[in-house]
Amino acid sequence: MNSHAAGTSNGGSGDAGGAGAGAARRNTRMPKYSKFTQQELPACKPILTPKWVVSVFFIVGVIFVPIGVVSLLAARDVVEIIDRYDEACVPGNMTENKLAYIQNSSIPKDCTRTLMVTKDMKQPIFVYYQLDNFYQNHRRYVKSRNDAQLRDPSKANKTSACEPEKTTADGKPIVPCGLIAWSLFNDTYIFARGNENLTVDKKHISWKSDREHKFGKDVYPSNFQNGSLIGGAKLDPNISLSEQEDLIVWMRTAALPTFRKLYGRIYVDLKENDNITVRLSNNYNTYSFGGKKKLVLSTATWLGGKNDFLGYTYLIVGGLCIFLAFAFTLLYFIKPRKLGDHNYLSWNRHPAGR
Amino acid sequence: MAGGGGGDGRRRRRRKMQLSRLYSFACGRRPSVADDDPGSRIGGPGFSRVVNAGALAQQPPPEQLLPTGSNSISTTKYNVATFLPKSLFEQFRRVANVYFLISACLAYTKLAPYTSASAIAPLVIVIVATMVKEAVEDWRRNQQDTEVNNRRTKVFQDGAFQDAKWKDLRVGDIVKVEKDDFFPADLVLLSSSYEDAVCYVETMNLDGETNLKLKQSLEVTSNLQDDESFSSFGAVIRCEDPNAHLYSFVGNIEIEEQPHPLSPQQLLLRDSKLRNTEFVYGVVIFTGHDTKVMQNAMKVPSKRSNIEKKMDWIIYLLLSLLVLISFIGSIFFGIATRDDLRDGRTKRWYLRPDDTTIYFDPKKAAISAVLHFLTAMMLYGYFIPISLYISIEIVKLLQARFINQDIHMYHEETDTPAHARTSNLNEELGQVDTILTDKTGTLTCNSMEFIKCSIAGTAYGRGITAVERAMAKRKGSPLIADMDNGIERFQPEGNIAVKGFNFMDERVMNGNWVNQPHSNVIEMFFRLLAVCHTCIPEVDEESGKISYEAESPDEAAFVVAARELGFTFYQRTQTGVSLHELDPLSGKQVDRSYKILHVLEFNSARKRMSVIVKDEEGKTFLFSKGADSVMFERLSSSEGAYRQVTQQHINEYADAGLRTLVLAYRELEEDEYAYFDRKFTAAKNSVSADRDEKIEEAADLLERDLILLGATAVEDKLQKGVPECIDKLAQAGIKIWVLTGDKMETAINIGYACSLLRQGMKQITITLETADIIALEKGSDKAAITEASKDNVVRQINEGKKLINASVGETFALIIDGKSLTYALEDDAKGIFLDLAIGCGSVICCRSSPKQKALVTRLVKTGTGKVTLAIGDGANDVGMIQEADIGVGISGAEGMQAVMASDVSIAQFRFLERLLLVHGHWCYSRISSMICYFFYKNITFGVTMFLYEAHTTFSGQAFYNDWAMALYNVLFTSLPVIAMGVFDQDVSARFCLKYPMLYQEGPQNLLFRWARILGWMLYGVASAVIIFFLSAGSLQYQAFRKSGEVMDIESLGATAYTCVVWAVNAQMAITVSYFTLIQHICIWGGIALWYVFLVAYGAITPTFSTTFFMVFVDALAGAPSYWVVTLLVSAAALIPYFTYAAIKTWFFPDYHNKIQWLRHRDRGQPDSNADLEFGQALRQFSVRSTGVGVSARRDAVELVRLNTKVYHADPPQLS
Repeated sequence: MNSHAAGTSNGGSGDAGGAGAGAARRNTRMPKYSKFTQQELPACKPILTPKWVVSVFFIVGVIFVPIGVVSLLAARDVVEIIDRYDEACVPGNMTENKLAYIQNSSIPKDCTRTLMVTKDMKQPIFVYYQLDNFYQNHRRYVKSRNDAQLRDPSKANKTSACEPEKTTADGKPIVPCGLIAWSLFNDTYIFARGNENLTVDKKHISWKSDREHKFGKDVYPSNFQNGSLIGGAKLDPNISLSEQEDLIVWMRTAALPTFRKLYGRIYVDLKENDNITVRLSNNYNTYSFGGKKKLVLSTATWLGGKNDFLGYTYLIVGGLCIFLAFAFTLLYFIKPRKLGDHNYLSWNRHPAGR
Repeated sequence: MAGGGGGDGRRRRRRKMQLSRLYSFACGRRPSVADDDPGSRIGGPGFSRVVNAGALAQQPPPEQLLPTGSNSISTTKYNVATFLPKSLFEQFRRVANVYFLISACLAYTKLAPYTSASAIAPLVIVIVATMVKEAVEDWRRNQQDTEVNNRRTKVFQDGAFQDAKWKDLRVGDIVKVEKDDFFPADLVLLSSSYEDAVCYVETMNLDGETNLKLKQSLEVTSNLQDDESFSSFGAVIRCEDPNAHLYSFVGNIEIEEQPHPLSPQQLLLRDSKLRNTEFVYGVVIFTGHDTKVMQNAMKVPSKRSNIEKKMDWIIYLLLSLLVLISFIGSIFFGIATRDDLRDGRTKRWYLRPDDTTIYFDPKKAAISAVLHFLTAMMLYGYFIPISLYISIEIVKLLQARFINQDIHMYHEETDTPAHARTSNLNEELGQVDTILTDKTGTLTCNSMEFIKCSIAGTAYGRGITAVERAMAKRKGSPLIADMDNGIERFQPEGNIAVKGFNFMDERVMNGNWVNQPHSNVIEMFFRLLAVCHTCIPEVDEESGKISYEAESPDEAAFVVAARELGFTFYQRTQTGVSLHELDPLSGKQVDRSYKILHVLEFNSARKRMSVIVKDEEGKTFLFSKGADSVMFERLSSSEGAYRQVTQQHINEYADAGLRTLVLAYRELEEDEYAYFDRKFTAAKNSVSADRDEKIEEAADLLERDLILLGATAVEDKLQKGVPECIDKLAQAGIKIWVLTGDKMETAINIGYACSLLRQGMKQITITLETADIIALEKGSDKAAITEASKDNVVRQINEGKKLINASVGETFALIIDGKSLTYALEDDAKGIFLDLAIGCGSVICCRSSPKQKALVTRLVKTGTGKVTLAIGDGANDVGMIQEADIGVGISGAEGMQAVMASDVSIAQFRFLERLLLVHGHWCYSRISSMICYFFYKNITFGVTMFLYEAHTTFSGQAFYNDWAMALYNVLFTSLPVIAMGVFDQDVSARFCLKYPMLYQEGPQNLLFRWARILGWMLYGVASAVIIFFLSAGSLQYQAFRKSGEVMDIESLGATAYTCVVWAVNAQMAITVSYFTLIQHICIWGGIALWYVFLVAYGAITPTFSTTFFMVFVDALAGAPSYWVVTLLVSAAALIPYFTYAAIKTWFFPDYHNKIQWLRHRDRGQPDSNADLEFGQALRQFSVRSTGVGVSARRDAVELVRLNTKVYHADPPQLS
């Protein structure tokens, strides 16, 4: 290099180690050498080589396709009976004016539906009601509750955010307050197979944590549904909130406008072609906003209820990955631009035959 | 002996010396402050300061108040009281922060989609973090100030000088400053340890000049020689108000009712250092922030990098997107709300639209929609990354630390590491398009070495200069090796090199000169070197070694040369100089003294200096040295023996990049001298306006008919590694302009030496040193000269442009001199000048003034719109350094003005290579990737919320839990991105330097172009769509557990959130190209933190966590579907990028990708030969595109060989 006249020019010894030794002697401001300060930490420097790309895609595909198949099988295992009853339960003379029908409390709301079991159903069988076009996720609705009040009997007065179902007309706090509780679903179902009644177990349909910590054992409904406008179900003021599991389930607001809520479980195996008679009271008003009401009987697998979406998506994503793995392999063979080769860097020199 | 403390030798000198005589000429020539009589202005506006100094001046004029400023300084931005308001104000000057503040305030209203605390928390965290950072920085500044304020000095109090702290000084105090101490404030010099009250001052901290300046007090105060005399001293000083002019001072001092005018000659400035003088006494006139140095230091222009400016635009873009989607949402919300109540019949009765607040009122749906707009603005606020600024600041701070700690940029000799003084501009270092560099002290060492001389027509000195070396290399001469060996031959082992002396010639060294022909001329030559100067010897008492204090490094080099050649100058007395000489007749050392009669100082107009001495035999000589242009015309006409040869030698020296001086002498007759003495003294003592001219005239009378002795050549050596560095920078596609004060020839030669110019480059020279212009200048019509000069310059520029346009494949170099530059920089010419300059590979501006340097910098900066970097070391470079986008100061010695004005300081020019190519590139690529990633992750997050909104009739319900949202930017996704900004390396340092073309990614802004930014944003949208629809689709209404429970809003939100956190962090994992342990910790830690949050926040009592209570533990963790969905969604979200990245790196790689491939390939099989060839090819390719810098390369031959092999070259993929 530029080894001009010795003496004055001997700066910056390239060897950091050597310089480090000098530091101890006199160089007070010399930076300390460490792999960290010199940005030389040991590191993996991943690079998307064909091998890597193809194997990643392939491995992802190979993992995903089986998961997809398993998920799909699980979803197919589920037997689900769905019965939409909101239209059918309106008496023939009221079909033009469903709203008047539902709002008129003098009209009996009883209705009987018969369900045909399409496939053997192993217990437990879950009973859901499904609402469509019901915006439980509306901001006004979601916020309209007070968790402190639900938990602690001494905080019954805490009704902030509960408007307009905050207090009764004479100013007494409503427990549980807010729109969510007020609009509690109030259709009921009674199941029978032939003459045999199928008991619906309504215990433990809510989350354990909700029952035990969020809804107080010694909090009782008070002033509930006492107003002029009745929303949904009434609550037995003698049963503590932690045992009002329908309420607890309802209070877990749904994320999307179509949702199901667990109504109860039937611990009886159902056989194919069994006819289930459902006596239901069609109280809940979905007519004003054009929502549907469905009754769902379903079994569940390790993955939950019936939904092919997950399985199909897994298959699609996995398949796509395998496809990409093949595509990239093909590309690699058809158009073998030797990565890291000289040719590759815009230099068309004698090709290195690799 | 007042104050004591000095050695005996010094006392002796002090008694004898009366330096005022020696310097009388010099001092007398100092320009006065102003054209008119400055004294008359004292007391007027701007000149109101009155200082009462000493004990006896206790009668302050009633009409004027005493200045009472304290001497403590504070460079801090804040103090305890102002910190909060001021730093808050700083924070909220940023658009984004104002937005967040407004949202936080609105969060307390009913508008808020989330709880107020969670809205305010991230803002508070971010603001507090920034403020803590500010506070720490300010605390450091405060520490420095305290250190300075508590320095000690001696103040006259109660009849004696007592120790005092600097901060306790008051105006009017009399202080005593001792040798090698800094002046604590601006002082008026009263007296010094020398009888004639001179002192030497080093002003390096002020102007970067290392030479000593001489100051002298007024005669009236010069008798205050000891501490006691001050008990009876009193004076009133009236002077100008504090100002920033370092070189002017107007005032007078009133002693015993008698005013005496003061000049800058009596002013000792704060932060300069007392040298070579035992002590001085002075009166404090300006303290603290009134001092000139502080007045100068106040305004530091703050610079912002282009990336940050562009980032603002991205923020604006996002803000408008935010407004847009909020607007869309509001419309849908308005429609839905209005529909809820039709003719008194409620539709969604469960919302109670009949009894509602204004926010959801169907009767006033329009107003509700407007209010909802505000809600939406808050809700989608996650588009704007709240922690972006603070993250960038943290990253830049850490990057700056890495620059400071780079061991490869540490200069051992001067013990100076690189220092990034501002961290604002790190990434700008990676985008430099043009470097404007000073020459002296920047490219060269600014330490002169006596290397050659020509005496009586014989050239001596066998040293080889860098330029000669470069020339030899250029020609591919095999001599290089011999020359290198040659050096070693001349440097006998164990002989320590002498600073300033690099002369080897056995013919004249070690006394051998006596055997040379013309030995009498040689003797005279050496004597002249030893006598004709203004240096002061310092004899080391112990070793007897003599060193010299000189005004310029050139002078020192001469005296050192004389010493090494046997004429040791060892003593300067008030009347003369004493030498040890080698007597050619006896061959012994003899001591001789020369009486100095006059010194005719050097200045840039005279270009020469002379001394008139009387030797021991009584003969009077005029010794003269000067530039060849002035000296040759003053030589005796009869004298021509070796004039021709000497001239030729001088030309050769100049070609070799050396500074030459001609040495000549004359013996004066008695009466001739007497006549001169009379005339000169008269001129000096005159007070008329033409005094300077008279002095000039008198000197001119004497300095003629000289007898030529020979010429000297000193080398201002190139700094180590400069050619290589310039070469590398040129390969990196950076244009380099040299702006120098040197003359054209020297500049061109240095240009060759430092590989800026090369053989085969066409030079376009624009100069006004042409015959016709010079002829014209003889006339006095200024307007005509200006016009003609201008026309001339414009014509030359246009010719140059034609030349460039006409040529194909040639590279050009533009050389322009300062005078032409004046015209070329005028408004109507600068456009074409810039065009021409851009068309040239290298540009050298010679003889340019500091102002011109700054103007050229501005021209390049604004004209090209590209990033400019100015590098310099001296006060004359400050303008340029401040003007450029990035200013780099060379910090050779401690604390210089250029460094103070700079953004980054380095010890040597060659460190620029690493600073730009490695740190600059890294910082640029890191910051741009980081910002892109930041926007990506926030858009991903924000869009999922928007998509969810669509499923809630845009009611403004947040998809995620409040606190989870609040912590998204702060906790779960911030660390990986910071780690990337600090540690990522697309290409290792070694490869950055090996393939300098990589640097072009910065100047061409490939990594932060709109396409890339928008690409990342779109990808963010795509990710959000994938995440939302896959997670919502998989877990819609059916049971998600075996026990039959269904999803609710919190659990679906938490699941989607989990997917976002996974996707975004895993995205980081596949983006990062340098995966250290730290990255692992940050990325996987971020994900882990999310789970910790799920558990911890879920475990808090439901009063606080509300609906989020136990969501994870009770609901999600036990559900296989949750985990299966997480895996699916995160993988699916990454597939698009992974595919894109694979295709991109395979088929459309960026330059850094190519290098990564190369590295990858070589790791497996270290095929060093192919690698080398490849590197060469790459370099050759780059050189062709920039046209600069191959000259000095040794591998030129290699290149030619390669060049023939390359039969096809694509245009660079980078464009």
